[in-house]
Parts: sequence; C-alpha cells; structure tokens
Amino acid sequence: MTATVLGPNGEPAPAIDVRGLHKSYGHHEVLKGIDFFVDAGQVVCVIGPSGSGKSTLLRCVNRLEEPTSGKVLVEGIDICDPDTDLDDVRSRIGMVFQQFNLFPHLSVLKNLTLAQRTVRGRSKDEAVEVARHNLARVGLSDKEAAYPAHLSGGQQQRVAIARALSMNPDMMLFDEPTSALDPELVGDVLAVMKELATEGMTMMVVTHEMGFAREVGDKLVFMDGGVVVEEGRPAEVLGNPQHQRTQAFLSKVL
Amino acid sequence: MRRSTRRRLQIWALNLGVVVVAAVLVLLADWGRIHENFWSDDGVALSGGNWGDLITIGAVNTIKYTAIAFAGGLALGLALALLRLSPVATLRWLATVYIEFFRGLPALIVIVFMGFGLPIAFQWRPPGGLVGAGLIALIMVAGAYMAETLRAGIQAVPKGQTEAARSLGMGSIATTTRVVLPQAFRIVIPPLTNEFVLLIKDTALLSVIGATFDQRELTTIARDFQSSGVSAGTATSLVQAALLYLVITLPLTQLVSWLERRQRKASR
Repeated sequence: MTATVLGPNGEPAPAIDVRGLHKSYGHHEVLKGIDFFVDAGQVVCVIGPSGSGKSTLLRCVNRLEEPTSGKVLVEGIDICDPDTDLDDVRSRIGMVFQQFNLFPHLSVLKNLTLAQRTVRGRSKDEAVEVARHNLARVGLSDKEAAYPAHLSGGQQQRVAIARALSMNPDMMLFDEPTSALDPELVGDVLAVMKELATEGMTMMVVTHEMGFAREVGDKLVFMDGGVVVEEGRPAEVLGNPQHQRTQAFLSKVL
Repeated sequence: MRRSTRRRLQIWALNLGVVVVAAVLVLLADWGRIHENFWSDDGVALSGGNWGDLITIGAVNTIKYTAIAFAGGLALGLALALLRLSPVATLRWLATVYIEFFRGLPALIVIVFMGFGLPIAFQWRPPGGLVGAGLIALIMVAGAYMAETLRAGIQAVPKGQTEAARSLGMGSIATTTRVVLPQAFRIVIPPLTNEFVLLIKDTALLSVIGATFDQRELTTIARDFQSSGVSAGTATSLVQAALLYLVITLPLTQLVSWLERRQRKASR
C-alpha cells in the first residue's frame, strides 16, 4: 500500500514534507516556521499543549487550512501549487477528525461508498465490496445498515476510519481521534489504529495518548507555541526529554 | 390559600370571563343581518350555486398556482442562496441586492408591475397572459424569501461535514449536492412548509389582475360572485372561499407542527 514515490530529482520523497511552514490568523501567528516530515511507512505522533498548533499543522497537510507561507509536499507534490489537482491529492490522504464527521443523512455503508463512487468512479458493486472489507477491518460488519446517530462514539470513529480507508489512501492523518470519546471507548479505536500501523500504513497522529505514541510511533514530535520544540524516538522523548518545555508538559500529562 | 388552589381559581375566572364576553357578543349581534350578508338567506350557501365554480375552478387553480410558485420560488431561492454563499464578492452582492429588494416590496405591487408595467414598457407578452405574469411575480418574491431560509439551512450544516467530504477528495459541487444540501433541506422543511402556506394565501393577490374564466383562483371567483349569481350583493361567496382556504391550509399547518415535533425528537 505504501508505494515508493520518487521526488523531482529521483530521490525517494518523504510521504509528508513540510518546510518553513507559517500560518497566521490575522495578527495571530499559530505556526512559526515548522519543518516536519513523515517517511513512507512511518508512524509519527505529534503531541503538545492545546493551542500549540499541532492540529493546524495536520490540517495544512491536506490544505484544509491554507498555509500563510512555506511549503507542504505530499509524496513530492507541492499542494499549494495552483497546477496541483488538490482533490486528487486529498483522495490519497485519509483523514480522521476528532468529531468523526460522519454524514448523518447516510447509512454507514453509504458513508463508505459515496466518495468511492463520486471521486474514484467505482461501480456500485465494487464500492460496496471495498466498503464491506474495510468495515470488517474495523470490526463493524454488522453495522452497515445503521445510521451514525445510532452508533456509539467509538463505533462512529471506527466507521470514519473505514470511510477513509475505503479510498485506499497512501497515508492517514489522525486529528485527536480519541479526544471526543468516553474513556472506555478509546481502546477499540486505538486497537484499529495499531493494526493499521503494523500493516505498514503511513500515519501522522495528533494525539494525547502517550501510551499509543510510545508503543506504536516511530517518531514523536513535541510542539509548543507554534514551533517544534523537540523530536526523536518516542521512548527517548518521553523517557528523557531534553528541553525544559517538554519536561514541563510531560510532567503534567504522564 | 394554597398556591394550587389560587391557580385553579384564576383559571376558572379566566374561563368565566371568556364565556361572558362570548355571550354578550352573541346577544348583541344582529343575527338576521349577519345571515343575510355572510350566508345569504335563501339557502344557496349550502346547496349548489357558488360551490361548483369555487371548488372545480377556484380551489383547483389556487392549488395549481401555489405549486407552480413554490417550485419556481424554491429553484430561484436555491440559486440565490448559493450565490449569497459564493466566494465571489460580486455574486454575493448581486444576490443580496435582489433579496433585499424583493423582500422589501409588497407582492401586490410586484404583481401589478409584472402584469401591466413590464408588458407595456417592453412590448412583452407574458406566457399564460396576465396570470402568467402574476405567477412570475409570485415566484420572484417567494424566491427572495426562500433564499434566506435556504441560506440559513445551508449554514446550519456543521463545517466538519464539508471538511470531511473535501478531505475524501470530493469536489465542491459533489460536496454541496451530496453532503450539504441533503442535510440543509432536512433542516428547512418546517420553515419551507410554512412558506408554502403563506404562498397559498398570496395567490389571492392574483385577483387584482385579470384572468380568463377558467384561470380564476378562489378569491377572484368569490369576488365575481359578489356582483353576480345567486348571492350577489352579499359577502357569502367570500365566506365560502374562506372555508375552502382553511380546508387547504389547516392540514398543512398541522403537517408543519408534526414535522417540527419530529425534528425536535430526531435532533441529537
């Protein structure tokens, strides 16, 4: 699933390559020059206090937020280039939201087939087959006829993951996927994400789940005040933080 | 006195007051003249006479014109609502000017203008004659009102819905037609039904411009029967038309409140 994509000069391009990214809302600067990359097949977790800009960084990767300056390359493609087919790039980046954002007027199965049909142009039978395969992956095969309002938060989030997977994305973005869930439902969602990681999916995960970051992540990035303060192997960053701001944050959440 | 006792006494006093006022009105009214003027005295109000034309031509046309004006207004309103939410400032501005202009004018004046003003000014023959011109006027006014209702409905759909659709690679058109509008319409069904009821009554305004015999709606026919026929010279035909309007509108207003109750229950 993780195809090796070559950059313009023939070198393997990272799946996500962010360079000198700035983002401001009016005079308020949320991102103050971020350099960040995710290699194909890597799981990178981003942690930090609320307001640190970690969700904004993630949302800049598929241009749900418009970068103010800097570059965002996805598989070597500049997503801010006016010649880039943004919809095509987005269809290869799965995204999972904190608030699930399932389509409430559609059944679970239709939630999974809509974009397959309109974007991928798949036939109905093919789309349904892909949808059922992915519902099985998240353990919700029996819910295909249900409507989102009748599912628990954890079930909704797993459907949202299955919806993103049904597009056969090259990578997945997770924006605090368990923050809106009741504590007893968090485990099911994390288990699905862990399964994805072991299958080799490229993942960028903004999260507060330190256990997940330590166990599953290849790299941990700590952000604060719109900059990357510290990054490295999760065990090292969590176990032996170098920066004083990282130490202060971790002492509060661990 | 206990609070519940006092409350029960208050309600009794109120009921008694209503009964007394009603009784005084009944005693003071001149029933003979009321009967003569509003329910003409030779019994034609109930049997034959006006009912035939009022129902087979009037009520049928009222419903037909309402349906046409509603469908046209809805299409126009949807276009205007989407223009108002357009990223292009000129389009937003054009839609806003249109909406504010036609919401600020009495429908009656627009009807007269479309029926008599424009045809003279531009040598224009409206399709369907004067009634056709009047219907275009109703569509133009209804469209302005429905545009605001639909815009509110579209804006009530959470932003995350659009983001989810776009993140899957869906374009702006597919996102609007497949994700946003189906949810927006669900939100605006009660207010739109309400506007349908208002439109039923607005078709009565078409009586100010001329119509052929078979084109007349309820109010036009009722007014014709004020000057000719078995109840000429009385308001009997207007009372009959009023009853027919209620027969059409009451089920609909009940439908609105049922829809609103259902929506309250369904909302999370």
